[in-house]
Amino acid sequence: MPNDIVQARPEFVRVVAPSGYGVVEKPLTVWEKFFNNGALRKALLLGLLAAAWQIYATSLDNALLFPKFSSTLAAFYEALISGTLVARAWFSIKVLLQGYAAGILLAALLTAFAITSRIGTELLETLTSMFNPLPAIALLPLALIWFGLGNASLVFVLIHSVLWAVALNTHSGFLSVSHTLRMVGRNYGLSGPRYVAKILIPAAFPSILTGMKIGWAFAWRTLIAAELVFGVSSGSGGLGWFIYENKNQLEIPNVFAGLFSVIIIGLVVENLLFQTLEKRTVRRWGMQS
Amino acid sequence: MALSDPLLAVRGVTLQYKTKDHLVTATYRVDFDVRASDRFVILGPSGCGKSTLLKAVGGYMQPVEGTIHLNGTQIRKPGPDRVMVFQEFDQLLPWKTVKQNVTFALTSSGRLKGAQAEERAMNYIAKVNLTKFADSYPHMLSGGMKQRVALARGMAMEPDILLMDEPFAALDALTRRKMQEELLQLWQGTRFTVLFVTHSIPEAVLIGNRILLMSPHPGQVKAELNSDGTDPVGGDGMKLSERIHHMLFSDQVEQERQTYAK
Repeated sequence: MPNDIVQARPEFVRVVAPSGYGVVEKPLTVWEKFFNNGALRKALLLGLLAAAWQIYATSLDNALLFPKFSSTLAAFYEALISGTLVARAWFSIKVLLQGYAAGILLAALLTAFAITSRIGTELLETLTSMFNPLPAIALLPLALIWFGLGNASLVFVLIHSVLWAVALNTHSGFLSVSHTLRMVGRNYGLSGPRYVAKILIPAAFPSILTGMKIGWAFAWRTLIAAELVFGVSSGSGGLGWFIYENKNQLEIPNVFAGLFSVIIIGLVVENLLFQTLEKRTVRRWGMQS
Repeated sequence: MALSDPLLAVRGVTLQYKTKDHLVTATYRVDFDVRASDRFVILGPSGCGKSTLLKAVGGYMQPVEGTIHLNGTQIRKPGPDRVMVFQEFDQLLPWKTVKQNVTFALTSSGRLKGAQAEERAMNYIAKVNLTKFADSYPHMLSGGMKQRVALARGMAMEPDILLMDEPFAALDALTRRKMQEELLQLWQGTRFTVLFVTHSIPEAVLIGNRILLMSPHPGQVKAELNSDGTDPVGGDGMKLSERIHHMLFSDQVEQERQTYAK
């Protein structure tokens, strides 16, 4: 019998103690809390980078090639106080927002067409594979001929840089919505625009958000580059023009101050706007960790 | 005693779907009737087209032959009169809380509005013991809790028939056992009609009052049996579950023997 092979052992039942097992939950120390804070860690890194910059520039001692961090900061402060930098930045942002909004709107129309019909899908796929690899700047000479020296040309190249990235991401987001969720939506009797708005868009939101972030970065880059080539239009220029102008006058700290503001605006939008949006939506819903 | 008209009438339904290389016949001329307050279980091995059949009742696909009528009306598209509970945990909308998920089902299908929808939602959430988690998002819940929300959502819609596609198959054994008992208790309370698909014989015997046995490739009706949930010993000296097991697998053994003989 197999029971003979297994050695006999007594059975037992225990009463589980309700207390006396030491620490179950303990607050973290101040240092652990400090180091868990992503913003503080990032600030520490930025401080280190600034220090490295300052040390290198001091040892190089050539303000024309590489100004010190402190003189860049001073130039930045001066330009900020005098109001020129703010005016230039505002000019750039205004154009940027126009192009970005128009690009997203067109992307929405294109993807809506793509999910409702097979020919639309093919149109989107063909157009994105054609135009996505084409740098927006390469269209600038054409834009200048078509729309002249003005905001219209800038908006045109911005749309080109935003549209394909957003459309591609949104469309792939729609395609990856799970079959079960689609069936649930149809089970409720949803169809047409309501189905897209209430089921597809929220379900594809992580991809849509990624597309918007990439689109924003592309637009910002394209704008600064276009302004460098374009120069001034209608009496005032943007940040790109500010950089170009100061380079011509060999005001190198100002050039750095211009670059600095491009970086700061980028950081603010990424860290405040997009991260807040992410926290409120996809992370809260557990769709992204 | 004469039987009343069936709630759901499936007549000679043949279902086919296309894969990349093949046209697959999932079911062939299937007939069955579901009456009000039935716990009707479709049982069969994988490949017998039971899930496809449920999708057809849900209105997600059209039969190539035969008809499906609910309350005398032919089923042509999905609708809130037949609510589906899926096996997958991702059937809840991740961007809505438990309460919003149930409420949204009611409002978007046009069943109820505003405060009324919310009240009914909370009522059914309480029935599945999730009141404490009403404001949690689905990703914070365990698999069993998610299925309970899906069940609450299905019942809150108060559909003519609740369609359940192996809703407990992805759960661990202990949770599954508990959910089966809870489903029976909930049925005691409201006596809703449910069409339940499973491949587990014990589950079918426990849950169903009527069990439809299907044979695979393509799915055809093999038998319809009654069950009272206690797995009684029949006239042939076999328990109901043993009888079902025998019916489902005797062919298969015979088939395999023939294959090997060749």
